[in-house]
Amino acid sequence: MKVPEQVIRIGIVVAVLLTVVLVLRFAVIPPSLFSTEQHQSSTIKRELATPVMHAGVATCRQCHADEFDRKSAGYHKGITCEACHGAGEVHANDPMSVKPIAPRDRKFCPVCHGYDPSRPTGFPQINPTAHNPVKPCIACHDPHDPVPPETPAECSACHAQIERTKALSSHALLPCTTCHEATEQHKIQPRMALPDKPSGREFCGQCHASDSRNRSAPKVDLAAHGDSYLCWECHYPHLPEGR
Amino acid sequence: MNKREFLKDMILFIPAGGVLHALAQQAHGLAAGDPGPYGSDYDPSDHLYGMGIEVEKCIGCNRCVEACKIENDVPQEPYYFRTWIERYTIGGDGEAVVESISTQPQPGGDPGPEDRDILRTFFVPKLCNQCANPPCVQVCPVGATFQTKDGVVLVDETRCIGCSYCIQACPYGARYLDPRTKTADKCTFCYHRIIKGMLPACVEVCPTQARIFGDMRSRASRLMRFERMNKINVLKPDLNTEPKVRYAQLDGEVR
Repeated sequence: MKVPEQVIRIGIVVAVLLTVVLVLRFAVIPPSLFSTEQHQSSTIKRELATPVMHAGVATCRQCHADEFDRKSAGYHKGITCEACHGAGEVHANDPMSVKPIAPRDRKFCPVCHGYDPSRPTGFPQINPTAHNPVKPCIACHDPHDPVPPETPAECSACHAQIERTKALSSHALLPCTTCHEATEQHKIQPRMALPDKPSGREFCGQCHASDSRNRSAPKVDLAAHGDSYLCWECHYPHLPEGR
Repeated sequence: MNKREFLKDMILFIPAGGVLHALAQQAHGLAAGDPGPYGSDYDPSDHLYGMGIEVEKCIGCNRCVEACKIENDVPQEPYYFRTWIERYTIGGDGEAVVESISTQPQPGGDPGPEDRDILRTFFVPKLCNQCANPPCVQVCPVGATFQTKDGVVLVDETRCIGCSYCIQACPYGARYLDPRTKTADKCTFCYHRIIKGMLPACVEVCPTQARIFGDMRSRASRLMRFERMNKINVLKPDLNTEPKVRYAQLDGEVR
């Protein structure tokens, strides 16, 4: 079949136009004109130029080392300065004329320590209406080393998560002091005076060895059971189901 | 148009194309010589940022929300948040009630509905999940929102046309329309801070370390340690958004 002349002509025109467009798009115009790199790069530049408002605890420490060290030894050790004193970059750049906030009234501490049922169990909370009304918190508690005037008697006051786990286990009836001995100092400076932990297989053996006088505890032969592994390498003592 | 006019226009058009070409080449050359927005001593492909949230540690004090608003100049009205805290209350009938406590001017004071039979109740910090598959980036009609190489989703406020499509598309409700610029805005993980090696403002001020920030490309980072030590969940995993905000001890009711 003979292709009509006018079809060939229009075919040539279409082919030429197509070539021109393709050459323009892929050879003449550089890829940077289509790429999103440049506007993204300018966005990142703008984002990086945002002024920093919170200086960070390392900056605070350079001048306020004493307060920092005192805080680091107490219950508030995990709280950075700016959590209470507000954003401090402006103060850090111009310490004389700009002073950070120092909340001293009764409104501030209950932001964290007021009773709220949704707060995790064990977190220290008070009822702001009933707890020493009118008196400012700092009259009794030093915010940089907030020792509670009355130390909690139960270990669960701080170790609520372990207490809840243990309550479900076969060790539920054992008090913490069966295995741990905590000094009085531990209640004042928990990290400075750690309670002791059992150190060997013989400790668990007091109840669980085959010659133990404890009747209710399950028995194993210490010489044959579990090679030289320590008991708690396989059994979690706060939830000691065999695994 | 007749043939004469067409040829006249072509005489003008071809040199104009040449000028355009020259300009484009010049722009390309500029881009190649530029060290990039980060400067020479930071390579974004070496990092991938993420956040870990330990739900059981959150006390709902809103310090993070206030710090975020100051750090990022978020409008103070209680409708605009880059991060916020939700209170979940699961009643005896098993029904979960969710409320944002960040809208209250004085947090922590209101113990919530007392007359309900409460099964369990807790706080959940929320923020942009910096998804690896971000729906907001997919739907933006002008390409104003994008992912950086270190995994943070940013908004170009000069390109954004304020159509709010991304706000609708975000399954986590993490975006808002800034009333001053009429453009979409969201959490940036405090991009200006993390590039300098600082922590995001919310992580910096969290009094109970409920928020952990770190680099997923470094096995020694606090975030990777957090992910080794905890059972990790993400929000709405069924959407395949692959969030980089990871939750530990996340209750099944949390959406």
